[in-house]
Amino acid sequence: MKHFSKQARFAISGLICLHVAVLSAGFLAPYDPTEQNRSSVLRPPSTLHFVHLRPFVAGADGHDYPLRFFITGSKYRWFFGSSSVTHLFGVDQPGRVFLAGTDEFGRDQLSRILWGGQISLATGWLAALLALTLGLGWGLIAGFFGGWRDTVLMRGAELFLALPWLYLLLTVRAFLPLSLSPWITALVMALVIGIIGWPRPARLVRGVVLSAKERDYVYAARGFGASSWHLILKHCLPQTYRLMATQAALLLPQFILAEVTLSFVGLGVGDPAVSWGSLLAPLRQIAVIGSAWWMALPVLAVIWTTWCCSLLEDNWKYTGEAG
Amino acid sequence: MKRDSGIYIRVTCAVLLALGVFARTPACAESTADDLLITHGESGRYGGSLVVLERAEPKTLNPVTALDAPSRDVIRRMMADLISINRRTLETEPSVAKSWVVSRDGRQYVLELRRGLRFSDGHPVDAEDILFTFRAYLDEAVHSPQRDLLVIGGQPIGVEKVDATHVRFRLSQPYAAAERIFDSVAILPRHLLEKAWREGKLGDAWSLNTPPAEMAGLGPFQLKEYVPGDKIVLSKNKYYWKVDQKGNRLPYLDQIEFHFVPAEDTQVAQFIAGEADILNRVGARNFDLLSGEARTKDGHLEDAGPGLEYNFLFFNLGQVDAQRFPEIVARQAWFRDVRFRQAISAAVDRDAIVRLVYGGRASALWGHVTPANRVWLNAALPKPAQSIERARRLLQDAGFRWNEDGGLMDASGKPVQFSILVSSSSLERGQMATVIQEDLKKLGIQTQVVSLEFRALLDRVLNSRQYEASILGLVSGDADPNPEMNVWLSSGGSHLWNPSQNQPMTAWEAEIDRLMRQQMTTLDHAHRKQLYDRVQQIAAENLPLICLASPNILVAARKNLGNFQPAVVDHYTLWNAEQLYWRQPAGARAQGAR
Repeated sequence: MKHFSKQARFAISGLICLHVAVLSAGFLAPYDPTEQNRSSVLRPPSTLHFVHLRPFVAGADGHDYPLRFFITGSKYRWFFGSSSVTHLFGVDQPGRVFLAGTDEFGRDQLSRILWGGQISLATGWLAALLALTLGLGWGLIAGFFGGWRDTVLMRGAELFLALPWLYLLLTVRAFLPLSLSPWITALVMALVIGIIGWPRPARLVRGVVLSAKERDYVYAARGFGASSWHLILKHCLPQTYRLMATQAALLLPQFILAEVTLSFVGLGVGDPAVSWGSLLAPLRQIAVIGSAWWMALPVLAVIWTTWCCSLLEDNWKYTGEAG
Repeated sequence: MKRDSGIYIRVTCAVLLALGVFARTPACAESTADDLLITHGESGRYGGSLVVLERAEPKTLNPVTALDAPSRDVIRRMMADLISINRRTLETEPSVAKSWVVSRDGRQYVLELRRGLRFSDGHPVDAEDILFTFRAYLDEAVHSPQRDLLVIGGQPIGVEKVDATHVRFRLSQPYAAAERIFDSVAILPRHLLEKAWREGKLGDAWSLNTPPAEMAGLGPFQLKEYVPGDKIVLSKNKYYWKVDQKGNRLPYLDQIEFHFVPAEDTQVAQFIAGEADILNRVGARNFDLLSGEARTKDGHLEDAGPGLEYNFLFFNLGQVDAQRFPEIVARQAWFRDVRFRQAISAAVDRDAIVRLVYGGRASALWGHVTPANRVWLNAALPKPAQSIERARRLLQDAGFRWNEDGGLMDASGKPVQFSILVSSSSLERGQMATVIQEDLKKLGIQTQVVSLEFRALLDRVLNSRQYEASILGLVSGDADPNPEMNVWLSSGGSHLWNPSQNQPMTAWEAEIDRLMRQQMTTLDHAHRKQLYDRVQQIAAENLPLICLASPNILVAARKNLGNFQPAVVDHYTLWNAEQLYWRQPAGARAQGAR
């Protein structure tokens, strides 16, 4: 970390915090993200009041409910498997604390933003990993071997670039069973996004390999009898690390945005699962935009992720720290 | 000659009436000496244009083949029928036919046409046009969606000319409220369409690209211009046959523009911006938004109360290919148990649906006839409140058990879970599914809401049967039960839970079949009501459709628009388009309210 610039360290810390928060959603979120409070529909964020530094919220019944920490609430499962009922904060029943307001079914927005990040980030990471792996392999082979293999592989990549991803997703969805778990749906989305997204890194990797294989030390290694795969893995591949890192920082927010877009138009995960895109879907209604600004809060999570990744990408692109 | 024979027939009818051959008196038609229909609305002023928003472009302007709502919305302003259903009162009233008489056995209708009628191109109308119209609609090669309505007891209705202004319709069997079927049959101009029909090209006639001069109708407006992707403009028909109380010939408006704006939210934004004059249907949230919107203070918002639309949850009870979809077939064992369906119904919080989905602007439903349909509603149907306890008891009786995590298991220990299909274009039905999902969680049932494009959803429900449960809505264009035959007969294509059965699969479906057929041919209204009450009762007990809610008809228009009287049957706002008028001239409106 000490090799990174201040900007890069900030970005990495920002991303780590976000990922920790999302992975600890069950603990940080005061409520189950699917729990409906039908008498608290589209409620604005609760105001925290303080008496001698002790926070409390005013209940709808006229009573004050002090904020309690490590409170027992709904059962959730940690990402590593074990389950718990302890939440970081909350208020005693029948009080309710909605720090980011509620949606049109009275579900706690803060809990939903935290839980929603799991599917959005996982989809982004999986898709980026897939695109980078495919792009790297494709670009290495095309760039190193050249000739007809280069032509065939690169024309193939262009074919993938021309695929309309929205329609591809629709087609894939039509062939899948209806009762898909949210995680399978997210996996399908990641596959489609990743399959569409790999040609760009493949082209860039090919360019780097084309240049790398002409270096003197590569010629020397070849002269000493090194095999093609040895040259690729030992001499060309390391040249792509910096590129891969910047591409990861570029593709991750791009693919998270792709998930957000798909879920926004109703092609992503359905209820009861939640993602940042599905959280933003109600904003398609003019009535919600006009009267419930807090429904746009998931945008902040998307902006934060994108901003941190952009900082990182800029930093690596111009300073070469990643390489 | 024609005049003489007309007199002869009128005299004959009078004699027959006196002899009691025809049991019912002709419907009352107020008309002038020139056979113009006098309307009851307030007298308005001429001029101005009305901008109406449509969700999609019409597919055609051919009234014989039009299926989609935008096409029918436009065509209805250009065409007229023999007898109309008044959208406010839901009663039949004279239209192109100024009166009619029915034989005592209910098998013969003699309709008298208005004299001096002309199509919008000035060509006179006579009984030959009526004969041609019905020949065209009944021609199987034309594939008119209205044809089924004109086939009664397996026989097409017979049409014959009595004289230039009288037409006789013969039915193979008595048909309750037969005059209502005329409402959907637009009178066609024989001089413009007969050639196309004889050449077998009627289905392709009157597309959107047909020049306006080649089209004519008896409606208040005629085609003026079509701009692809943008709008259709209709101009007034100077030969229209209705007048106001002062004798001014209708319509008042110079033109109606239908602009194509697909999303409701965009429509609302356009209305707020003053770019549209009428919103034919507004969602509850947008209605509240418009109510509180200062910029729409020149807008008139009206909650016309419950409509005829009913939304429901239903399960796949049909024949499913066990080889291809074994999972669905396994789950059908639950769905086919009436106690399972009753438990689901008991667990659904309908009041929450009304509150959360429609902002309170809807009615909870326990049967498929909505409160708007006072004539046919079976008010005796029970309306039990949500009861998780009752639902649990029913499930227990049906052999279901709960595991230690509270999950519901069937008798073989299989967890109870299923998917609910909703249309991606219906926000409200998606929201209903979310409410139901939470309600069923209390029973330990896991559900998955799957949003599909509407046509893909219908294909699964009606053709491939690859679904478990779905939420859909139906809306009838008429309060009468007969248009619902296709839904309730087990052989019907819209018998959603198990369409197009050769034989009714259950005893209660067989009884509904019998009752629906009987009410169709029963002329006595009280007896028909009894039969249809029983249908509603059987449906409420067996729950093939778990009815949820019926939204109110919410509409918006400019305050300046005179004679604006929203109806609860489609078209909610333009049903009396010929009477709409601007109280202030366009210039004054532009400077003032807008």
